[in-house]
Formats: sequence, structure tokens, C-alpha cells
Amino acid sequence: MWAYFEKYHYKLTEALSEHLAIVGLTLVISVALASALTLAIMRSPGLSAIVIRLFGSIYAIPSLALFAILIPFTGIGMKTAVLVLVLYNQFLLIRNFIAGLDSVDPQIVEAAAGMGMPPLRILFRIKLPLAFPVILAGIHLAVISTIGIATIAAAIGAGGIGTILFDGMRTRNPVKLVWGTILAGGLAIIANLALIGIEKLAARRFHYDGNAPGKP
Amino acid sequence: MIAISFDGVVKRFPGAARNAVDRVSLEIEEGELITVLGASGSGKTTLLKMVNRLFEPNEGTICLFGENIMDKDPVKLRRGIGYVIQQIGLFPHMTVRENIATIPRILKWDRARIGVRVDELLSLVNLDPDEFRERYPAQLSGGQQQRVGLARALAADPAVMLMDEPFGAIDAINRSNLQDELLAIHGKHKRTYLFVTHDVAEAFKLGNRVLVMDGGRVKQFDTPQRIVDDPADDFVRELLASSGGRHGQSARVGN
Repeated sequence: MWAYFEKYHYKLTEALSEHLAIVGLTLVISVALASALTLAIMRSPGLSAIVIRLFGSIYAIPSLALFAILIPFTGIGMKTAVLVLVLYNQFLLIRNFIAGLDSVDPQIVEAAAGMGMPPLRILFRIKLPLAFPVILAGIHLAVISTIGIATIAAAIGAGGIGTILFDGMRTRNPVKLVWGTILAGGLAIIANLALIGIEKLAARRFHYDGNAPGKP
Repeated sequence: MIAISFDGVVKRFPGAARNAVDRVSLEIEEGELITVLGASGSGKTTLLKMVNRLFEPNEGTICLFGENIMDKDPVKLRRGIGYVIQQIGLFPHMTVRENIATIPRILKWDRARIGVRVDELLSLVNLDPDEFRERYPAQLSGGQQQRVGLARALAADPAVMLMDEPFGAIDAINRSNLQDELLAIHGKHKRTYLFVTHDVAEAFKLGNRVLVMDGGRVKQFDTPQRIVDDPADDFVRELLASSGGRHGQSARVGN
């Protein structure tokens, strides 16, 4: 174990940084795309349902199959991997973005509109802050899901932690398999803990539970 | 000066069997406190929400101070109208100060002016500014929340106030106090109030005129005293009988 680490740690760090690059790029594009799509469809519950169902069926396609099917169009490598991961995330993100916006008490929105708040200000000052916990929960899911599925992207030459796992399987090298698992699992666990922390901070910042400091 | 006028106003909701508001025509003078009394489904809330264009009439015209409200930008129109609703309606992620400052901020008042105004309004609704300014709505009782709702609606000193069963969820003692405070505030500033309620005693206590509605139509629109003395029809008579022995209160409004 340690011998492998001492000899090949550059391989492990390289795989980890590739993995982080895929996950990071995927998340930035995913959140931007999901936000734009949510803004476009949020006014129509019917259209929202159709879009969510569409991405739901894409989400149901096994990742290896989706990677394979896209190779003729976008080739092998990181580009295809990020494309697939972004597509998967749209389901998790848009579903939660819409659910979050819908969860805001309509009475509060009506009060805002009735007092003369312009629609964009209602969105940014009222709806988004109040929907934020649910939006954050969607991003949380997307991060964990992306870290996991990205390991499979190594099968189409995208690099990342999956490379070590696939190498280990091919060469029947348990040390590589264990290191790959530790990296992938550890990354997911650390990301999960960090996101739980952010969610707690956000809840305290926005006082959703009413337990602000100085409560009598 | 006529503050609010309805002329042949009809509101139909798609798929509804009858008109929610059916050919309502009436005029409200500046400075009046009108209570709109009716059961649920009587059209009272619909009538109220047409004044700030949360609903738009299918027929007829509504004018504020002689100007047709359909000729105005709805967002700008609403800034001149205070709006208070029953269920909280306060923004839970903002402090009392931020809630009250919502419209002054949009109107780009300077910080100092907003600060002075917030404290002034909190005092007006009998909340100690130093104690309540930085609290969040979840840290307030129902009655305190409703006071903040009232202060927020009054922030930019609107000429017209719309109140939709604001005290509906408040216990009897607090409710009575809030009613007295509302009368005091109205007496001080003489803005025009339209106050929706299903509580007969409340309608007769607060309104200098009471608008009795049923099935989308105006049954009677008169001072409490004259409604008691001369109910327009059996519906109004039964309404008065159902509240039982409240008539004494109407003496206050007879002035």
C-alpha cells in the first residue's frame, strides 16, 4: 500500500486533479444551464413537468451506455464525459430548482407583488432566498452524483480516479483498486460533509427556523 | 374628493358558475374607512384585489382619485396603495426593519430617512423600535407580526390602504386592541381604507360605512347606524341577527 503510494503518488494526485477538473467544470456548466432553463420554464407548470420528465428519462439511461452512444458524435475524452454528466445533472438540478420556487408561500409572493415590488426583484429578493435550501439540496445531490459517475468516464478516456480503478481491474492489482476506492469514496464523503456544513450556514444566515441569535 | 370608484365592475373567473363580483358600482370618499362585510365566496376579497390589480375586472372601470387604474403601470400603481393580508405575508428571511423598509428602499430613500421612518412606524403600531427593529418575523407573536404588516403597508404613506381580513387569525383580546389602534391611526392620518372582514362586529366597529356583499353583489352600503335601523333586505337582517346584540357599537360610528 504505502510502497505503491510512495512510488506512484504522482499518478494518484494526477487522477485526483483530473477528477476534480471534470467535476468542477461539470458543476459550473450544469448550474448555469439549469438556472437558465429554470428561468425559461418556471412560469408554466405544464412545460416544467415536460422538461423535468424529459431529463428524467435521460437520467434513467445507464451512464456507460450514454457514454458509448455519444462517442460517434463527440468522440472520446473529457468533452463527452462532461456532456453526459451535465445532462444527468439537469434532472437533479431543475427538479429541485422548480420545487424550491414552488415551495415559497404564495401569500408571501402575493404580498410582495401587492405592495409594488417589480417581478425581477420578487424573484431575486424573495423567491430565490426562500427557495435556497431546496436549491442547495439539488446542488448537493448533483455534486455527489457527479463525483460517482465521473469515475465511469475513465472508460472513454476522460481520465480521473476511474483510470486507477479500471487499471486495477484490468491488471488485477488490488492495491490500485483500494487506492482508487479510497480516493473516490473519500472525495464523495468530504464533499458531502462540506455541503452539509454550507447548508447549515445558509439556514442560519437566512433564519429559516427562527432561531436567530438573541431570540428571547 | 372621490378616492375610489367602481363603475359596473364585473369579475368572472374561468370555469366559475357565476360572477365573483357582479356589476358593482359605488364611490368611496377620501378619508373614509370602509369595511367590506361578507361570507367566504361573497366576492369581498376579489373586489379588494381588483383595486391594486392583483385581479383585473372583465367589465367596468375602477378609478383612484379620478384616474382609471388600467391606464397605470400596475407595479407603480401598487406603490401608492398599502396592502395588508391575513396570513403573515411578512418576508421571513428579513428583519422587521428590512420588511418595513421594502418600499422606501425601492423608492431609493436615503438610509437616514428610512431609519427614521422605520422607528416612527414601529412606534405608531405600538412596538418599541429598539426591541423589535432587528427581530425576524418568526420571533414575533401573531399580533406583533400583524402590527409589522400594518407598519410595512404604511411605510411610503399611501393614499389608499387595502386590508384583507388582517386580524382574522388573532385572538380576541389582541384583536380588539389592534382594531382600536387601527382606528387611532386612521383618525390621525385620514387616508382612505378598504377593510375586508367576515366578522359583523368588526365591520360595524371599524367602518364609517359598511359594504355588505353576498354572491358578488352589493346588498347594502351605508353607515352602521342606518344599516341597523333599516336593513335593505332579509339577508342583511339575518346577518345582523346572527351577530346578536352588537348594535350598541354602531353608536360610535354615528358621528
